[in-house]
Amino acid sequence: MLRAANVLARSAARSYATATATAASPHALVFLEHCKGNLDSSSLSALTAASQLGGRVSGLVVGTPEDLPAVLEQAKKVTGLDTVLHSASPQYCTPLPETVTPLFVKLLSTQSPFTHVVSAHSSSAKSILPRVAAKLDIPAVSDITSVQHDSSSNSTTFTRPIYAGNAISTVRASDSIPIKFFTVRSTAFSVAALGDGEAKTESVDPVHVSNPSTEHVSTSLTKSDRPDLGVASRVVSGGRALKNAETFKATLFPLADALGAAVGASRAAVDAGYADNSLQVGQTGKVVAPELYMAIGISGAIQHLAGMKDSKLIVAINKDPDAPIFQVADVGLVADLFEAVPEMVEKLK
Amino acid sequence: MRPSAVRLLNILVPVKRAVDFAVKIRVNPEQTGIDLNVKHSMNPFDEIAVEEAVRLRERLKDAVKSIKVVTIGPPKAVETLRTALAMGADSAIHVEIPEGAPSPEPLAVAKTLREVVARQKEGVDLVIMGKQAIDDDAGQTGQMLAGLMDWAQATFASKVDVDASAKVANVTREIDGGLEQLRCQLPVVITTDLRLNEPRYASLPNIMKAKKKPVEKFTSTDLGVDLAPRLQTLKITEPPKRIGGGKVANVDELLAKLKEAGITSKRA
Repeated sequence: MLRAANVLARSAARSYATATATAASPHALVFLEHCKGNLDSSSLSALTAASQLGGRVSGLVVGTPEDLPAVLEQAKKVTGLDTVLHSASPQYCTPLPETVTPLFVKLLSTQSPFTHVVSAHSSSAKSILPRVAAKLDIPAVSDITSVQHDSSSNSTTFTRPIYAGNAISTVRASDSIPIKFFTVRSTAFSVAALGDGEAKTESVDPVHVSNPSTEHVSTSLTKSDRPDLGVASRVVSGGRALKNAETFKATLFPLADALGAAVGASRAAVDAGYADNSLQVGQTGKVVAPELYMAIGISGAIQHLAGMKDSKLIVAINKDPDAPIFQVADVGLVADLFEAVPEMVEKLK
Repeated sequence: MRPSAVRLLNILVPVKRAVDFAVKIRVNPEQTGIDLNVKHSMNPFDEIAVEEAVRLRERLKDAVKSIKVVTIGPPKAVETLRTALAMGADSAIHVEIPEGAPSPEPLAVAKTLREVVARQKEGVDLVIMGKQAIDDDAGQTGQMLAGLMDWAQATFASKVDVDASAKVANVTREIDGGLEQLRCQLPVVITTDLRLNEPRYASLPNIMKAKKKPVEKFTSTDLGVDLAPRLQTLKITEPPKRIGGGKVANVDELLAKLKEAGITSKRA
C-alpha cells in the first residue's frame, strides 16, 4: 500500500513538473558493482530504488579494460537503465575509494546532470560514496529502505533504520542539497531485471591517480557452493549453542543443503570461531530478508534481530523456552538442536 | 638527542557517547526521537579503536608519541573521554555542544575533526575510529574525514599492522564475502570492525589516573564549524512489530508448518 502511495505521489509530482516546466526532473547515477563479469544483485536493487525517484537513471561501471566489456554487455540490458557510463583503467581493478573518488568528482562537478548518486550499501560502495560526498561538501544518507522524490520542491524523502533497526527515521534532503547521495538496503528493494533493455553506453576517461595513497594487496574470498548469504531465499543460521566449528558444520550444513539454503551465523558463533566473519548476520554483519530464516541455537539478541527480522518466515530451534528469538519466530521449537536438526534433515530427504 | 629518521606517530581517536548497546530503546510519543534518559556508554566500535591505539603503542613502543581522544558531544560526553583515558589514551579534546542540541551529522563531525587535526602542532599520522555509531548507524564519518583530508582510508579493519619507519599501515579489511588486504601510506584514517580486538577493562588505578589527564575544551565556534544538520529529520517511528507465531511440539509439526508456507526440500 505504501508503494502504491509512493507511485501516486510520484506521478503527481511528475505531472506537476511537466506542467510548470521549471522543476528539474531527477537524474540518478547508480554505481554498479560487479564481480567476475556479473553485476552484483545488490547494485541491481539500488537501481530499483533509483528508478523510484521517477526520472532518468544512468549507471556507472568501472573496471579494467579486460573485464569491463562483459559487464557492459550485461549492464546495457538492465531494465530501467537508460545510459551506462563506463570507465576503464588498470587502477579500477579493485575500485579503491582513493582511486575511484576523483572519477566521481569529475562526473559530479560543474554542470553535472545528476541529481542523485546511488549505490548498494555494500562494503565497497559504502567506503566510496561518503568520501565522494565529503569532497563535494554534501551529506549522505545510508542504508535507506524507502525513497520518494518530489520534483516540485526538489526534495527527496527517505526512511532508514537506526538503533539497530529498533527505530525508523524519516529524513528529507531538501533543495539546498544539490546532489542527494544515498546507499540502499538491498533487501528492501527488488532486483532490477536483466531484460531486453537497450541502454546507451558512454565512455568516460578514467582519472589517473599517480602514486595512490592506498594499494590493494590481496583479496581472499570465502569459497562456498551454497547460495550467497546476502541474496539467498533461504538461510540457516547457527549460534553459540553449536558448540564448535566441527559441530557447526556437521549439524547445519546438511540442513542448509537439504533446503538449498545459505548458512549464516550469530556474532557469538563467529567470535567463537565456529564460522567465518562474512557469515555474520546482524547489525554489524549482513542484513538478510529471505523467505525462510532458521535460527538454530541463537538466543535472539537485539543486534542479531537487526539483521534478520524482516525475513518472511522465521523458524527458531532453541532449548531455552524463554529465549527472545521466540518472540519474533513464526514457528518455534523448544528442543535440543543436536536431536532436532538431524531429524529434520532425515525427514526432508 | 640522536638523529633519527623515524617519525614518531601521533594517533587521534574520535569517540562517541551513545546509548548503551544493551538498552532496548523507546521512541518518544512525539515521534521526534528516542528516550535518551537511559544508560549511555562509549560506542562499542570506538572502544575497539581506543584499544587498538593502545595496543599499537604496546607493540611499537616509543614509536607512538601520543594517543589523543576526541569527542563532539554534550557536557556528559566527557565521561566517555575519561573512559578512553583510563584505557590508556594520553589526553583528550572535548568539542562541547549544548545539552539537547541535535546530534551533528557525519559530514559536520568530519569537518570538526579536520579542524582538530589542523590544530595539532605535531600533526596526526593515524586516525582510528569506529566503522559506525550504533545510534545513527550511518557509517560515514571516517570515509568523509579521509576525503576532506585527502588521506588514505581503510574501513572495516580487522587487523592493523603499522610500520612506523616506512610510514605504512598494512590493514586487513572485512569485505562482503571475505577479506581484503591494503597497504596505506600514512597519514591514514582507519575504521574498526568488531573483529579487530577485544577492548580491555580499565583498572581502578587507571581510572584514578585518568582523572588527572588533560582534557582540552573547544566549542564549534572556536573551530569555525557549523554543526547544524542539513538533512531534516521528519519523524522517528517504531518499526512494525513482529509477533511470534507460537511454538510447535516436535519436528514433524515444524516441517508441516514449513510445508504449509510452501517450503520443502531443496529449492522449488
